[in-house]
Amino acid sequence: MRMTQEREPVIRVRNLKKSFGDHLVLEDISFDLYEGDVVTIIGSSGSGKSTLLRCINQLETPTAGEILYHGEPVSCDAASANRFRAQVGMVFQSFNLFNNMTVFDNCMAGVHLVKHKSKEYSTEVCMKYLTKVGMAPYVKAKPHQLSGGMKQRVAIARALAMEPEVLLFDEPTSALDPEMVGEVLQVMKALASGGLTMVVVTHEMAFARDVSTRTIFMDNGFILEDAPPDELFNHPKNERTRAFLSRFIQG
Amino acid sequence: MTGSPNNFFEWIIFLIQQYHTYYLQGLLTTLQTSLAGTLLGCLMGFVIGIIQATDMKNQTSRTKKALLFVPRFISRIYVTIFRGTPMIVQAMVIYYGFSQMFGLDLPSFQAAILIILLNSGAYMAETVRGGINSIDPGQIEGAKALGMNYVPMMIHVILPQTFKIIAPQIGNTFVANIKDTSVLNVISVTELFYITKVAAGTYFRMFEAYTITAAIYLTLTLIFNFLLRLLEIYLAGKDSYEVLPVSHEVPTEG
Repeated sequence: MRMTQEREPVIRVRNLKKSFGDHLVLEDISFDLYEGDVVTIIGSSGSGKSTLLRCINQLETPTAGEILYHGEPVSCDAASANRFRAQVGMVFQSFNLFNNMTVFDNCMAGVHLVKHKSKEYSTEVCMKYLTKVGMAPYVKAKPHQLSGGMKQRVAIARALAMEPEVLLFDEPTSALDPEMVGEVLQVMKALASGGLTMVVVTHEMAFARDVSTRTIFMDNGFILEDAPPDELFNHPKNERTRAFLSRFIQG
Repeated sequence: MTGSPNNFFEWIIFLIQQYHTYYLQGLLTTLQTSLAGTLLGCLMGFVIGIIQATDMKNQTSRTKKALLFVPRFISRIYVTIFRGTPMIVQAMVIYYGFSQMFGLDLPSFQAAILIILLNSGAYMAETVRGGINSIDPGQIEGAKALGMNYVPMMIHVILPQTFKIIAPQIGNTFVANIKDTSVLNVISVTELFYITKVAAGTYFRMFEAYTITAAIYLTLTLIFNFLLRLLEIYLAGKDSYEVLPVSHEVPTEG
């Protein structure tokens, strides 16, 4: 199954620590992400899942430890962080679409304004990904005119238009009602089956179990378990994992 | 109406007949100085406001911190002084200060624009700073996550949204400046108030002369308030949008 192991990881997280004041959110986190991995990170609220994702993308500056991208350490200075972010996209719980731009311009922001691709090329790429998330008819709409699910699909298209190597999802469905959750997860499933490397922080256990290639369970700033979803959901080794999953498995 | 005017209305008509070209001249100067001063003041306000809104806490490099400190410090002093003193006093200090310190006699028209610029700039700086700080931090994170650098982020994401938020304030400043230019008569700017002083003084008809002036100011502010309302409606944008006739199905295969 896991032939990827022999290859070099795309992202390595090494002994990552993060504290906000006296509060240590990430105690000691290490894991590797390989090309084609769909890693879901689960755990209770406050376990540090989102902070981990934000540290990877340098939206938070790690207190200690390092993030390696193809073996090269990512530093927190703006220029280096921005080069890295252009390769590793991020989708937020609150969408964070640019309110002053149309759906189309939101997508163009990355390709055209950051990667400085030609207008023709950028348009083509944007329309390709907007079609992929089913938002092509709405290119002329502004974010405030869309539903949450639609906004999130645009946000995914915007991240995809950068043609990133890895896409990070920070609780992409947590702000959505159940119907909208469905439409966003459908898009994410399509991306996973298309071979995109993804890290998804989520509370959608079914998604974690069915779609991911690896599931990480986090608790109190530690990774307690890192295993294929089959193993983690059916035979959790750790007591905390069992307790956390008990609700889901019974349900 | 033969001979000299007898009552309030006759005096008003008489003064308008006598001085309408003066009044128009004053009105023009008032508009020119307040418009030019406000526009330049806005530019100034944006520059200072952006400097003041820079994030010092999250600056990691020491050199950047040091480089930012100087302009921030100067901005702070500028804003404090110009918000803390009346414009009429600023006018005197700047106008006479220039000539005494540098031997430079500023023409009063240019001096007027400079004073309005500096005064509105200080107020606008605070408005811009507040506007930038009121933008949802998610907008900044969204831009950062795309790898967008600070300058393009400000130009394409933050400032357009800030402008929309503070547009009513810019309008307010302009309307306030139309009225406040009247204090510049102390440095002999031939704006509406100065002209009125001349007209009123000749026949000692203060009440009538200043009633005309009040009417002119009121008309001006009403007109510009109306225009600014139109601008706000325009900036708010359309409610509806066009849906293109293409598929909204989500393909199942990547």
